[in-house]
Amino acid sequence: MFKSSGTPLIRVGVVSVAILFTMTLPSVAADSEFFATFGLGRPATPTDIHPWDIDISPNGKGLPSGQGTVKEGGMIYTNSCAPCHGPTGIEGPMPTLIGGIGTLNTDQPLKTVGSYWPFATTLFDYIYRAMPFNAPQSLAPQQVYAVVAWILFRNGIIEESTILNAQTLPTITMPNHKGFVGDARPDFSKVRP
Amino acid sequence: MKNNEQPADRKDSPPQSTGQSRSEFSLNRRTFLATASSALGIAAAQMVFPATSATATSVPNDPSRTPGKTSSAYGTRAVFVETQRQFFSTRSLTPLQHLSGIITPSALHFERHHNGVPVIHPLQHRLLVHGLVSQPMIFTVEELKRFPAQSRIAFIECSGNSGKEWKEPNGTTVQETHGLTSTSEWTGVALTTLFQEIGLKPEAQWILAEGSDAAALTRSLPLASILPHALLCYAQNGEPLRPEQGYPLRLLIPGWEGNTCIKWLRRLKLMTHPAMTREETSKYTDLMPDGTARQFTFEMETKSVITSPSGGQQLENPGFIEIRGLAWSGRGRITQVDVSTDGGESWQTAELQEPVLPMCHTRFRFSWKWNGGETILQSRCQDETGDVQPTLTDLIAVRGFNSFYHNNAIQSWKVTKEGQVNNVQI
Ligand code: HEC
Repeated sequence: MFKSSGTPLIRVGVVSVAILFTMTLPSVAADSEFFATFGLGRPATPTDIHPWDIDISPNGKGLPSGQGTVKEGGMIYTNSCAPCHGPTGIEGPMPTLIGGIGTLNTDQPLKTVGSYWPFATTLFDYIYRAMPFNAPQSLAPQQVYAVVAWILFRNGIIEESTILNAQTLPTITMPNHKGFVGDARPDFSKVRP
Repeated sequence: MKNNEQPADRKDSPPQSTGQSRSEFSLNRRTFLATASSALGIAAAQMVFPATSATATSVPNDPSRTPGKTSSAYGTRAVFVETQRQFFSTRSLTPLQHLSGIITPSALHFERHHNGVPVIHPLQHRLLVHGLVSQPMIFTVEELKRFPAQSRIAFIECSGNSGKEWKEPNGTTVQETHGLTSTSEWTGVALTTLFQEIGLKPEAQWILAEGSDAAALTRSLPLASILPHALLCYAQNGEPLRPEQGYPLRLLIPGWEGNTCIKWLRRLKLMTHPAMTREETSKYTDLMPDGTARQFTFEMETKSVITSPSGGQQLENPGFIEIRGLAWSGRGRITQVDVSTDGGESWQTAELQEPVLPMCHTRFRFSWKWNGGETILQSRCQDETGDVQPTLTDLIAVRGFNSFYHNNAIQSWKVTKEGQVNNVQI
């Protein structure tokens, strides 16, 4: 990805390590045994890891147990989210969470959870770690499942009867799940105008 | 050159000379706004009256006849220097028009955060490295400081820098149009060094970096691309990081969009795939005209801007003016900067000020004689990969109006007959 070949950006001493690491990544594990360690840090225990290990992958890895319904989610939304995102998730003043499907290729694209987000798991991950904005990480997993269910239902993505949990959430296909492409840059001619 | 900018909390009024005595006059509620532009000699430093400054500063008429101040524990800048970030709740902008050289003073480094600047006790802070590693490990900041250290000077630019300039000229000053980029000397431990200690499993292809701010901000980064360059930094310009810059620990990926350089870093998780976090799906993705969005557009491309004369400034008289600016590229060194003083009709090569470092602001200078006429000033740079900074028209032709991030277009500053400098698009 970096195209600064020939530029020794890593200073002396670790140059050989850097080259080894970048040339063939899979060899790193084997080769790393070869290098002397510095004897710093301590092994992390499951108790250390668990409280911080909150990321959720698109395949559902990391989702906690618990479940939530659209109805429960509506109540949580009204209490904890509506003051900032508006009574129905559209009014704001903070980001609009609902609508915009079909607007991405227009002059006025409306990027929301419904119209833009490629994975439903991201919604769980983000609300669990960062919302409500004034009290992040205050919601229990079942509350997050519920409010995710409400937002997805209001966007027309799931049925009102859907129960969200670690099994059902990763199976949801978001409207824009095929909307993302890789980095196509540089995308200009290199000739000076 | 004067500044027409009027920060909301200040009022301009004519210099007063009250309280004058034989040996000193009082600068009660008055200081000089010392700017880089005053060095041009076109206009003396402008006097401003900050409404907030309550204390009087005694200024002797002849400092060689008055014993000066004794030493102090932590220095402060001259009371006459008032250069400030322009700040909003979740960001603040570097006053590029007032800076010299390439280093941004730490106190003026731009800010961008997603739920405030956390207060973190350095002894409580931990870095957890886990996932696809031979041995999950926890490090204190003190332990990280004991690893072999590396320093490098590098810019960090928010990919939203100039994002509001896609559709129409938005900012008045270069601080407003380009103030989300800054350069520091960063010191820390190379990620490769850390992985010697930990050992990676062969399946590890992505690394999730997480902050311990109230956004617990997370980005997934392709391991092979960041390994040669990534630094876990604890120092900035010789001091511990500023809180706004991630104290006590941040990631630096030289040349990549600022959001990837996770601040207040508490966790690195080695994974097979990206986690597809909100900051790499909903945000920091570039919407194209066909409705698709580019994702994982990490590198900040060749970009330059004239910082003086720049928007909001005022040329006093026709005559010699040194055009000054900054150029940078996330892909390597800047090799050339051209300046146009006729709206892009013709271009001449500017002088690059040493040092010219990869993934670093590079200062350029160009001698110009303003004839007093109306004209447009532009700069255009090229990096060692051959990438040339595009015009806004070129950029829009490919990416449309709605991609917001990664606007590296040529900036145009219009000089009026009256010497006013304005942000325009041509
Ligand atoms: C105090 C105001 C506030 C409250 C309360 C709040 N939010 Fe937010 N929310 C924000 C702000 C501000 C942002 C944008 C944050 C940013 O961009 O970094 C945001 C962003 C979001 C986003 C991402 C939107 C996007 O398109 O990227 C989601 C989803 C969200 N909030 C859901 C919730 C939910 C669910 C709740 C209730 C549990 C909630 N918010 C409560 C202020 C709030």
